[in-house]
Amino acid sequence: MSSKKESFIGTVGFVVVVCLVCAALVSVSAVQLKPLQTANKLLDKQTKILEAAGLLELGVDKGIVATYNQFVTAKMIDVKTGEYVDGNPDMFDERRDARDTAKSVKPENDIAGINRRANSAVVYLVTDGSGSVNTVILPIVGSGLWDLMYGFIGFEADLNTVKSVVYSDHKETPGLGAEVMNPRWKALWPGKKMYNDNGDIAIRIVKGGAKKGDLHGVDALSGATLTSAGVEKTIHFWLGDEGYGPYISNIREKGLN
Amino acid sequence: MSDASTKKVLTQPIVDNNPIALQVLGICSALAVTSSMANALVMTLAVVLVTAFSNLFISIIRNHIPSSVRIIVQMAIIASLVIVVDQVLKAFSYQLSKELSVFVGLIITNCIVMGRAEAFAMKEKPVVSFMDGIGNGLGYGAILMVVAFFRELFGFGTFFGIEVLPLVQNDGWYQANGLLVLPFSSFFIIGLVIWAIRQWKPEQVEKD
Repeated sequence: MSSKKESFIGTVGFVVVVCLVCAALVSVSAVQLKPLQTANKLLDKQTKILEAAGLLELGVDKGIVATYNQFVTAKMIDVKTGEYVDGNPDMFDERRDARDTAKSVKPENDIAGINRRANSAVVYLVTDGSGSVNTVILPIVGSGLWDLMYGFIGFEADLNTVKSVVYSDHKETPGLGAEVMNPRWKALWPGKKMYNDNGDIAIRIVKGGAKKGDLHGVDALSGATLTSAGVEKTIHFWLGDEGYGPYISNIREKGLN
Repeated sequence: MSDASTKKVLTQPIVDNNPIALQVLGICSALAVTSSMANALVMTLAVVLVTAFSNLFISIIRNHIPSSVRIIVQMAIIASLVIVVDQVLKAFSYQLSKELSVFVGLIITNCIVMGRAEAFAMKEKPVVSFMDGIGNGLGYGAILMVVAFFRELFGFGTFFGIEVLPLVQNDGWYQANGLLVLPFSSFFIIGLVIWAIRQWKPEQVEKD
């Protein structure tokens, strides 16, 4: 046994068998658990979108998926023209498209540090009970201190008043930059105005705390200068001409509904 | 194997032969996943499962593994188990997997798993090896939980996410200790834990 076990053929045969068994184990678990994982991922995204829409409490009461389906419509847009385009928003993956050079562009003025921006984007229109759109949710991404931070901005129907800024995925330092997830910081956003009276992007993050009544200023996160700056630059990029600028001006002209 | 020694392999690694405190293995992941107790608990469960089952499977085939490729065979089994654990976590606890996914993958490189496979499972019978895996996983987890307790309490003012010390940024009085939020603070806590254990059990102190 021992000599046979140590032979060349015996060794190769043993390794092949072990590899096959391990491969089978891994494949079966990956395939079997795939539907659950996909459902989880979708649920996580829908939860964040409901949070950005201010419907999270309702969603927790009535079920996230049911609430999402009732109030939220996802639509694909072409970022450059700002027009709605055909396409299945459920199949769209911003991160995958941003890696694909055929489906993304390198921004000329990449203040958010994203390197490449996908040509398409999904916007989420949230209706009130009667069917008219009262909230628009735009996905954003930009560099924080360590890595890209993904999130959503919720706008009132005027596309100027902020309803929420919700981050869904980031790698910032716990206790410092990760305070972007702190409900108290998130509560500073509703009611702020993105644009000033001249129509310029005016929102900014104020180190040391924004003055009371400042419609365009939000307190910076203490101890997280680079994360705070990242949030400001991310928003400026996405509201700008290379972000949702064209879409926002289209909406202003044509209305939401 | 008698019951007594099964019990011994299960309980001994918790204090008497702790993989982190005495053998000083698996330190890297102990730094990374101890910022909150929930993370530490999930990581503990993952390591317990991986160590137990890798010990079990390796012990079952120990008499057939050609010695020239034994390490790579152990690695293949451990890596497969880690992927399965990661997949299960993604399917059943998405929030935690988002935070822990990187570290779960790194269980493959956790010296404890491979150390037990090579030092114990290659020689002993399957059941006792399985118990040894659970014991060592728990020993690792015990230190993780202690470190996470201090880091979460003094770094975030919470215990399993429940507020204990209200933070200044939430209008409380407690100024969070920024050092404990960062991974390397675990070095200090692990060092203090090792010191405490060796005060209690002086026989663990290495002779010069």
